[in-house]
Amino acid sequence: MADDTGRFGVGAVHLGVPNRRQFFQLGAGAAAGWSLAGSAFAQTERPTSPPDKPRGQVIAALSQEPTVFHPLMPGIEVDQGIWWQVFSPLWYIDPDGNFVPDLAREVPTLENGGLSADGLTWKIKLRSDVKWHDGTPFTAEDVKFSIELINNPGFRARSRVGHSLVKDITVVAPDEIHWRMEAPYSPYMSILASFTFIVPKHILEKVSDPNASPFHNAPVGTGPFRWGERVPGDHIQLNAHTGYHGKGPYVERVVFKYIPDLTVLYTQFRTGQVDYTGLAGILPNFVQEAKTLKGRKIFVSSTSSVEHIAPNLDFGPFTDRAVREALYLGINKQAIIDALYYGLPTQTESFVPQQAWSFQQGLPQHKYDPAKANALLDAAGWVRGSSGIREKGGVKLEFTNSTTAGSAVREQCQQLLIQDWRAIGAAMRVNNMPAAVIWGDFWQQSKFNSVIVGVNFMLGSDPDVTPRFGSGAIPAKGGRGYNTYQYQSAEADRLLSQGAKQFDLAQRKATYGELQKLIRNDLAILPLFQSFIAEGIKEGLQGFRPNINMSINSWNMREWYWA
Amino acid sequence: MARYVANRLAQAIMLLVIVSAIGFAILHLAPGGPLSQFAVSGQMTQEDLDRVTRQLGLDRPLPIQYLDWFGRMLKGDWGKSYRDGEAVLSVISSHLGATLELMATATIIAVLLGCWIGILGALRRYSVFDTLATVGAMIALSIPTFWFGLVTIYVFSVKLGWLPAGNRQTVGDGSFLDLLHHLIAPAMVLALVETAMWGRFMRSSMLEVINQDYIRTARAKGLPEWRILTVHGLRNALLPMITVAGLQFPTLLGGALVAETVFTWPGMGRLFLDSIGYRDYPVVMGILMFSATMVLIGSLLADILYAVVDPRIRVG
Repeated sequence: MADDTGRFGVGAVHLGVPNRRQFFQLGAGAAAGWSLAGSAFAQTERPTSPPDKPRGQVIAALSQEPTVFHPLMPGIEVDQGIWWQVFSPLWYIDPDGNFVPDLAREVPTLENGGLSADGLTWKIKLRSDVKWHDGTPFTAEDVKFSIELINNPGFRARSRVGHSLVKDITVVAPDEIHWRMEAPYSPYMSILASFTFIVPKHILEKVSDPNASPFHNAPVGTGPFRWGERVPGDHIQLNAHTGYHGKGPYVERVVFKYIPDLTVLYTQFRTGQVDYTGLAGILPNFVQEAKTLKGRKIFVSSTSSVEHIAPNLDFGPFTDRAVREALYLGINKQAIIDALYYGLPTQTESFVPQQAWSFQQGLPQHKYDPAKANALLDAAGWVRGSSGIREKGGVKLEFTNSTTAGSAVREQCQQLLIQDWRAIGAAMRVNNMPAAVIWGDFWQQSKFNSVIVGVNFMLGSDPDVTPRFGSGAIPAKGGRGYNTYQYQSAEADRLLSQGAKQFDLAQRKATYGELQKLIRNDLAILPLFQSFIAEGIKEGLQGFRPNINMSINSWNMREWYWA
Repeated sequence: MARYVANRLAQAIMLLVIVSAIGFAILHLAPGGPLSQFAVSGQMTQEDLDRVTRQLGLDRPLPIQYLDWFGRMLKGDWGKSYRDGEAVLSVISSHLGATLELMATATIIAVLLGCWIGILGALRRYSVFDTLATVGAMIALSIPTFWFGLVTIYVFSVKLGWLPAGNRQTVGDGSFLDLLHHLIAPAMVLALVETAMWGRFMRSSMLEVINQDYIRTARAKGLPEWRILTVHGLRNALLPMITVAGLQFPTLLGGALVAETVFTWPGMGRLFLDSIGYRDYPVVMGILMFSATMVLIGSLLADILYAVVDPRIRVG
């Protein structure tokens, strides 16, 4: 059950069948029950006490440069690494999947009256002891301003999913805000926790252009660290905000160092120039060696991303389910994992991470079985031609596969796939492109035959995958989501619609369980494995907690300290 | 001379316009765009992407976008980076110092060392030194900068611990000695190819000069050998080097692209690579125009200088 902080210590495996009330105690339950694979690594060493005053600094290396500092504009994971230090959301999701209040005094639930029974009215009580970095008190006006800014047509907001449903925002008191939802939408709890940082009204209401102002490059937040300096192309320094409303910060400053080459990044970790290898972490081929380094700790933890082969379901041979199944049976997944990824990731059959409350156990397990694949294709009428490639009705079983050019491991994976599929009479050709090319119209408008890609399917940490698998979300057919697979299923649409309106965790789990079975059966994607990240930190640095609910594991640097 | 300079300037401006049009077209016609990075992350739906595309003005016809960009550029507004919203000129200037520091150091090393090797090689033709210098230059020209950079880091940083494995400075230090310490390895790597090139050019030039009649005449006049070499030989041998120096900028910038990535040096090379990767059109165009201008100025200065130092050359 939830305690007074809104924590709810359950995991997917240990979870009973919660009722609707419990669901709201979890928030919308979107992320509830994640039992983090990396939770065993909750502390890097034997815990000691954090210092009374911030002490020392942490140098975190990133392989991409953070450049977007307005937390409501389009940004990538490294940008979010900065946002988590400078800004605060209303609540966040901890490594165990609990919603934990941050700027909010408590997480809104049915029990505490924060949410109405129909899920349409939200009443949020806020902390009254929070101050912006410039000393101005934080109030409900800031929350109202932030949501209205997102919906401002002139503002380049990252996404309005969920926010566009918010109507009639009322500031009841400086520490309380109410709003009405146009329609019940349970994933909104997770969207507010994962992507929605509150920005200062008193600064941004004065700017003439909401898309460009001094704030964009010297942000003011309520987070544990205040803006220090940025040397473009080199580093960003944040300094401890001693008036922070939560625990910490315990280090005087954090420095995000941009090191674009992963080999060089690892070398600087070896030589001690950096304390933590952040996003992208340590390359798999260095992990074993890294574990032997003195004075360094290496953590391998699962991420929400699922590496898979994305078939274009409108492309000739792939319209035939037998072909997709045969291709799936023909992949020697374990060989790929062992040979290319040093056995670090785990096989999966679902788009949902295995640690999530919504993960469906007992999905059919993949087995490498080329004989069965051949039999399946024979039975489906795909006949081998003189070249050994099968064809049916004049259509050859040949296709291209694309991925980001220069992604060495994926390029090697393609070579293994060519061999595997050649054995069942399918011809695959490589057609790789630079990132900016492949993920442009080629991907968005489904111009590919097949692609190797890693995708985090979760909306925040909610399993609502309407934009990924909904029939109305196919950009190539005028849809508004990112269903680039062009997957269409009336049953999936029904389940997706149902899941987004449900507020009972057990019901949602059943709904999304059915959906996972359906997607697995239809083989809308050919999952390879759940991705992982290997990160290194210097011995003595405490407080590092991988969090599968976050897009970056440096989310809690406020709790880091030197022993 | 004034007419010559005016003509060359007019040509340079025409060239810049052509470069800008071609560069703009190639950049924008290439598949993908600045929002591609968000397409796969799942945080922005197609609706979001379309909306931001409209807000950035990227849905307008290409000629309109070009004219808009060109018109603003003429007024001194080079646009704003799609990544951090900073003015392009400010983005370029914030990276330029680091690159100039690296390029200047590498050039000084290369010129001094290369000229010395070239002169000595020419004077002691086919000696052991000359043979070693020739072989060394061939090796240096053949070694990929990226590989040499990684080997340098491995030897001097990982194994010996003498030099830092990259970065321009230690965060929070920034002293001159700290800067110098960080500069050694990347400057050495960047200078390697340049030294070899300068050495080869200098050797050829010097060989040609020392076999000229006026050198023989100078010797016959009984001038001391050092005077013959410095006043009559070196001065003339350096003339072709002016052209080499004038065309150094693109070569050095090319080397900096790699060296700055390997040594995490926050300069123009890395900015260019990152901006290309993110399709940050305004910054890429800004760097393109800046580089083209520098190349044209370098070439123009070389021509003028050539005419100034060599009375036989007449321009106009």
